[in-house]
Amino acid sequence: MSTPSATGRVTYSSAPLSQRRWFASKRRRAILHKLIVYPILLAGAVVMMIPLVWLVSSSFKDSGRIFVFPPEWIPNPWRPENYLAVLDAIPFMRFLGNTVFVTALALVGQVISSSLVAFGFARLSFPGRDVLFLILLATIMIPYQVTLIPTFILFRMLGWLDTFAPLIVPYWLGGGAFFIFLLRQFFMRLPLDLDDAGRIDGASTFGIYRHIILPQSRPALGVVAVFSFLNHWNDFFNPLIFLSSVDNYTLALGINLFRGYQVTQWNLLMAASVMISVPCILLYAVAQRYFIQGIVFTGVKQ
Amino acid sequence: MHRFALFRRMPGYKRREAFEGYLFIMPWLVGLIAFVIGPIVASFYLSFTDYEIVRSPTFVGLRNFNQLINDRLFWQALRVSTIYVFVSVPLGLILSFAVALLMNQNVALIGLWRTVYYIPTLVPVIASTMLWLWIFNPEFGLLNMLLAQIGIKGPLWLGHSQWALPSLIIMSLWTVGAPMLIYLAGLQGIPTDLYEAADIDGAGSWAKFRNVTIPMMTPVIFFNLVINMIGAFQVFVQPFIMTQGGPRYATLFYVLYLYQNAFQYFRMGYASALAWVLFAIILILTALIFRSSALWVYYEGEVRRR
Repeated sequence: MSTPSATGRVTYSSAPLSQRRWFASKRRRAILHKLIVYPILLAGAVVMMIPLVWLVSSSFKDSGRIFVFPPEWIPNPWRPENYLAVLDAIPFMRFLGNTVFVTALALVGQVISSSLVAFGFARLSFPGRDVLFLILLATIMIPYQVTLIPTFILFRMLGWLDTFAPLIVPYWLGGGAFFIFLLRQFFMRLPLDLDDAGRIDGASTFGIYRHIILPQSRPALGVVAVFSFLNHWNDFFNPLIFLSSVDNYTLALGINLFRGYQVTQWNLLMAASVMISVPCILLYAVAQRYFIQGIVFTGVKQ
Repeated sequence: MHRFALFRRMPGYKRREAFEGYLFIMPWLVGLIAFVIGPIVASFYLSFTDYEIVRSPTFVGLRNFNQLINDRLFWQALRVSTIYVFVSVPLGLILSFAVALLMNQNVALIGLWRTVYYIPTLVPVIASTMLWLWIFNPEFGLLNMLLAQIGIKGPLWLGHSQWALPSLIIMSLWTVGAPMLIYLAGLQGIPTDLYEAADIDGAGSWAKFRNVTIPMMTPVIFFNLVINMIGAFQVFVQPFIMTQGGPRYATLFYVLYLYQNAFQYFRMGYASALAWVLFAIILILTALIFRSSALWVYYEGEVRRR
């Protein structure tokens, strides 16, 4: 504090010596603190970024230059054509189309069905609701592998193998119980007066869901949409199990074709890996707050 | 009977609400029966059968489980996954907690730091697997080239039975950004008045860390522990792409072995038994963590039981 006291002297300098030393040492500690914190953070950041830089760098290299020692960080020559070569090496556009189709339909289904179900659990009362909700929570804990084989057999009997149906239909039927849980928690926090006001205005229950609850829940729906997108876009396991003909492959599965050849074309494989990663990173860039919110919802506020 | 009587006694508007309630949760109910309860029952039954998909399943009692106990590869798969879980999860949790603590020190440009550490988790697992396959390449991979620059001849990494599993553990640490973000959110949620009260009591940084930060963070640590433990037991893509379980079964992860049985050898009954054993292991470990949580997880508004 440097406010002048009644005697005209500055209070700070009149403080007892010990207190001043304490202050000085605290400041010194703060500086020391920064001298430790920033270098460690920076070192960690470098370690995290090196693989990514190597990924991008390799993707622009000439196939001859990819094996050069010492490692070449800046490609010389610069080969952006690699990205076009990927389109020829594998049916990339076809895979991209399949991935977009599956991701879009699964995402829409997941947002619609999980919000409908969450609304039922959060805003309506019916016999057995709490037991059913407990069952829903229990299903989150069941490892996927337990249901995998019978589900595979079921889809085989339905003739759905090697179609997109196994990658889409379950998500229209409440697949992803965790999202239902998350939305239900969010809906519970909205005041019930909203529903009552809607009813007085003559809205149907569906109208309340559609025109009152959903518009109020954009942040939570955003979280569901973002993580649903990542789940389906990145999914490797389900396409591997359920798709067999190359024409139906999604990108995640299709990239693996590079490994099937005699010699792996690392530069093209890295270019393809960059291409599949870009939408996810862009999504983070534009929807960062949904990521953070989602993490707070799921990990901290339970 | 009781339930129906209850239903009939409800006033009309309530009955209507209940009807609508069931209607709203209908998609999930259908999915629950078709994709969860049905398959669970079927999988339980299949685990007691010999079923090679082309022929119909034949009941064999406990034979699959008997066979499992004598299956060297089953024990190897269990060993690999257990080592992976018990090494990579604690390492990842400690590392991510340390980074979150550093980031919570009023650092400048926190958004940038957070992004840098989180970006690797945004890379689709197939892409990061390909990238690390390239980094671990014994001849031309980045890792061994960098080691060669400082005069060290690096190991074969994924190609060596002693190094393959450690390689996958190293790779798993690249994605500590996810638990880190959860820790960071938790740290920022600790009320500052707790630290102020500790200041008044003359507590040093260590005392504050030990008596405020750690107890307040235990629920978050608990959450991360459970989620990451379950996730680590289910690792599949990395060994499937990078090693196919080799060399010499050194990276035969549990779910990879399950996949091989189900979809390469078409031993669906045996694979179902494997799935149930996995379920039991995860359930027991989760229960143990939950039971132990009474001892070390602090929840606000609850006095710790002695």
